[in-house]
Amino acid sequence: MSKKVAFLQGNEAASHGALYAGCNFFAGYPITPSTEVAEVMSAELPKIGGKFIQMEDEIGAMAAILGASLAGAKVLTSTSGPGLSLKQELIGYGCIAEIPCVIYNVMRGGPSTGMPTGPSQSDVMAAKWGTHGDHPAICLVPASVQETYEEVIRAFNLAEKYRTPVMVMPDEIVAHMRERIVFPEPGEIAVEPRKTPTVPPEQYKPYDTSFGDVPPLAAYGTGYKFHVTGLNKMQDGFPTTKAEVVQAEEERQVRKVEANVDDIVTFEEYMLDDAEVVVIAYGSTSRSARYAVNAAREQGIKAGMFRIKTFWPFPDKQIKALAQKAKGFIVPEMNLGMCAIEVERNAQGKAPVLGIFRVDGEPINPDQILEKMKEVK
Amino acid sequence: MSRYELRFSGAGGQGLITAGIIMAKAASIYEGKQAVQSQSYGPEARGGASKSEVIISDGPIDYPKVTQCDALLAMTQEAANKYSHDLKEGGVLLIDSDLVKNVPPGNFKTVAFPIINTAKNDVGREIVANIVALGAMVALTGQVSRENAEKAVLSSVPEAFLELNKKAFSMGYDKAVAASA
Repeated sequence: MSKKVAFLQGNEAASHGALYAGCNFFAGYPITPSTEVAEVMSAELPKIGGKFIQMEDEIGAMAAILGASLAGAKVLTSTSGPGLSLKQELIGYGCIAEIPCVIYNVMRGGPSTGMPTGPSQSDVMAAKWGTHGDHPAICLVPASVQETYEEVIRAFNLAEKYRTPVMVMPDEIVAHMRERIVFPEPGEIAVEPRKTPTVPPEQYKPYDTSFGDVPPLAAYGTGYKFHVTGLNKMQDGFPTTKAEVVQAEEERQVRKVEANVDDIVTFEEYMLDDAEVVVIAYGSTSRSARYAVNAAREQGIKAGMFRIKTFWPFPDKQIKALAQKAKGFIVPEMNLGMCAIEVERNAQGKAPVLGIFRVDGEPINPDQILEKMKEVK
Repeated sequence: MSRYELRFSGAGGQGLITAGIIMAKAASIYEGKQAVQSQSYGPEARGGASKSEVIISDGPIDYPKVTQCDALLAMTQEAANKYSHDLKEGGVLLIDSDLVKNVPPGNFKTVAFPIINTAKNDVGREIVANIVALGAMVALTGQVSRENAEKAVLSSVPEAFLELNKKAFSMGYDKAVAASA
């Protein structure tokens, strides 16, 4: 039997990916260039008995998905730029209270209202450092319509597996671009279930580390009563200022991601075997980079691309290894050098890092990358 | 790689993004090729510059935007002036002859006919001017067959307007063939 195909936009694909992953609750506030996600979810969720709520603003939307997740739902919100800024306090709440949820943020020009219809990649640092305090961060950066679909499913899986907020951040080009998509059959892509308690309600503690770094999460309304707070907490969920408990809990929350980077970090290596010039790219910019690498190879330049698919946690290990053999890195991105900082941190001075930074609302074209390659000696 | 690049340009509200989507859908879903459609537009709902770009290829498409344009549709003078410079030698420029009075010079083929007026007077509704333009672009570019393009049109418009759009598509196709002869 042939698979179902469609010609879809990245945002539409994201919505269908969420539904495949079992999303049954969406709360959001419409904002260009992410509104199509809310449009599709508002049409599709009622058909499967799910809930769609347009909230009064982005803060309310973030609060709503955290509440719904605690009640056992698989939840999504979508936003862009200023909306992400508004959600940040509650993203931190999701991190410390350990509430699985997916935040789909389409990157447009910023800061503030910036350029609502222009593409950008300038939210990647906000994905990790936007909310204050030490916390785990997972952020996926898809580069095609098909990949957006698949990465949204993976985001749901990671959110459940590590009991933490996960972000998916396409740039506006990927989000609004249309391509053919082939839908997987039900069951073809694994969907991670939530780990729920095996103990009776009277013995349940929401942060019981005797079950490991990711304690089971009960759903409100199933007989389990527990306390949730944004304060540093004990295993039973009630606040504490006990130094050793706070230290251990903070470290555990970050360790959920840091100790599992090999499970979370994904990337693509393109023509890297003999590459002297290594382009490090993500999102739609990686498509320009691939074009440039192909063109460079035709001109006899030994170029390759390391494509970041998981921006956080950052692929430190892989880039450190590349720095040992590359003559130089080129980092094209639609911001003023955010990924480049991370690449420099990993290159540790062993290979120069040349940036191509654009914030004018135009994509980085392959010629710019090709020209920059010639500066690597 | 057989990369073919099209740009549909004009003003917001002329339906050019839709025209681009249908062209790409025809190639990707009905013609068995690969296609990517992307767009850029301003914050205005009407007016302002708008463009929709379509890349068609037999193989995977990396860069989703136009590098050197094979075929350009310009529905305003501004669009014609702005985008004709990166038209390939031997490429094709389609313009609305009522709206683009100063035909930009270059080593490409220019085809002109009154696109909006065709929709208004011959088809009967100005709103389908984008489908008239699409029909013309299908005829001039040869990237998808007339049949497959028509299928893509009919699967993309509301059921109550199938005949209207079918007529608009045919008119555009035939007028472009006549105008380029």
